[in-house]
Amino acid sequence: MKIWTGALLAGALTALPLSAEPVEDTLILNEDITLVTRTAAPDHLSDVMDEVISGWHFRGTETRAMQADDFDNPGMIFVEQAEEVWNTVDGSEGKSCASCHEGSETMAGVRPVYPKYNEAAGEVRTLEMQINDCRENRMGAEKWKYTGGDMVNMTALLASVSRGMPVNVAIDGPAQSTWEAGKELYYTRTGQLELACSNCHEDNYGNMIRADHLSQGQINGFPVYRLKNTKLNAAHARFKGCIRDTRAETYSPGSPEFIALELYVASRGNGLSVEGPSIRN
Amino acid sequence: MERTFLAILALTASTFSGAAEEIAPTAVVYVDGSVETSLTGTAGDPAMGREIAGNKSLGNCVACHEVTDLADVPFHGEIGPMLDGAGDRWTEAELRGIVANAKIMFEDSMMPSFYKTEGFIRPGNAYTGEAADDTFGPLLTAQQIEDVVAYLATLKE
Repeated sequence: MKIWTGALLAGALTALPLSAEPVEDTLILNEDITLVTRTAAPDHLSDVMDEVISGWHFRGTETRAMQADDFDNPGMIFVEQAEEVWNTVDGSEGKSCASCHEGSETMAGVRPVYPKYNEAAGEVRTLEMQINDCRENRMGAEKWKYTGGDMVNMTALLASVSRGMPVNVAIDGPAQSTWEAGKELYYTRTGQLELACSNCHEDNYGNMIRADHLSQGQINGFPVYRLKNTKLNAAHARFKGCIRDTRAETYSPGSPEFIALELYVASRGNGLSVEGPSIRN
Repeated sequence: MERTFLAILALTASTFSGAAEEIAPTAVVYVDGSVETSLTGTAGDPAMGREIAGNKSLGNCVACHEVTDLADVPFHGEIGPMLDGAGDRWTEAELRGIVANAKIMFEDSMMPSFYKTEGFIRPGNAYTGEAADDTFGPLLTAQQIEDVVAYLATLKE
């Protein structure tokens, strides 16, 4: 009620939308698959929130519609490009991704569980790390830049074949210490503005910060096609942008800090459908 | 330490000369979160303060607060309390303390500390994402703080 009154006042003052609440709507992909965009918060969040909500609910009508149809989703152009790469031989071993994995659709179910602890390597790995491991050690090909075009396109392809499946990263067992490190970072107030992820995305989601509608900062929709820069954006690139905006010295994409943060933030969306490539502002 | 001492000296001198020296961010004295003494000894300019409060690259107060008086500035946030009537609710000393470093009065406040230069985690060089260098200074100057305080004091219901 308080928020509603506030929004009314803001609306009167500045012609903002009348409500800053997440929009009531259902995301049906290609008139076929209904995605879970709101669901009960995972147990580890029960003391801070009841419900987890996809960033899709915080965007405008047109943006939401654009994501619902693959022909309208500009992110799918990059998925198609990655599909070509998937089937193209590269490197000294004469292999493509398809040589081992067959069609890209066989990768359904991979995106939802990453970042994931890799037993042989003894570390938590992101999807990007696993892709580069394949390239270097299976294909004998060059590593891709962590947030470069080839890489983000390939993660978009791998996300797209898992759309509709629930995010389900493991936070216990050997992943736990990394998860704890990510949680620590999530609540650390960085930079001259002393802002933690939680200040905006836990304490103030649904509120307006100037012209921006704060979401829960969920990453189930990554990589994200942003209307702002008209390209696909990796989660680590977004983390970097957010931390930069606290007037802080950022961490680098692919750094241990961002790997840990990705695992933690992904775990806050356990139960939401994979949406990537999604569309956001 | 030496700077504090100099600031005190300067203040003492100002009571005689009328020309105070600026109080450094590290030398500001907070009592229950309030700051009694002007940071510059020069009265704040409310018109200038109004500009700073609405300007995205200065105070940007409206990013988080609604202010009816600033209705000509588009897009007000709703993170912090509305500032209408701030001049009734708070004394000048309280306003100065809140603008300079709100976290002293309100421990967990999300509000950035506008007159503070120490104690940050990974401070950066403005919005570059790079580490801070020796140009690092407070978000607002001492006089800008005084101007904003003077403006907030005019916001009466």
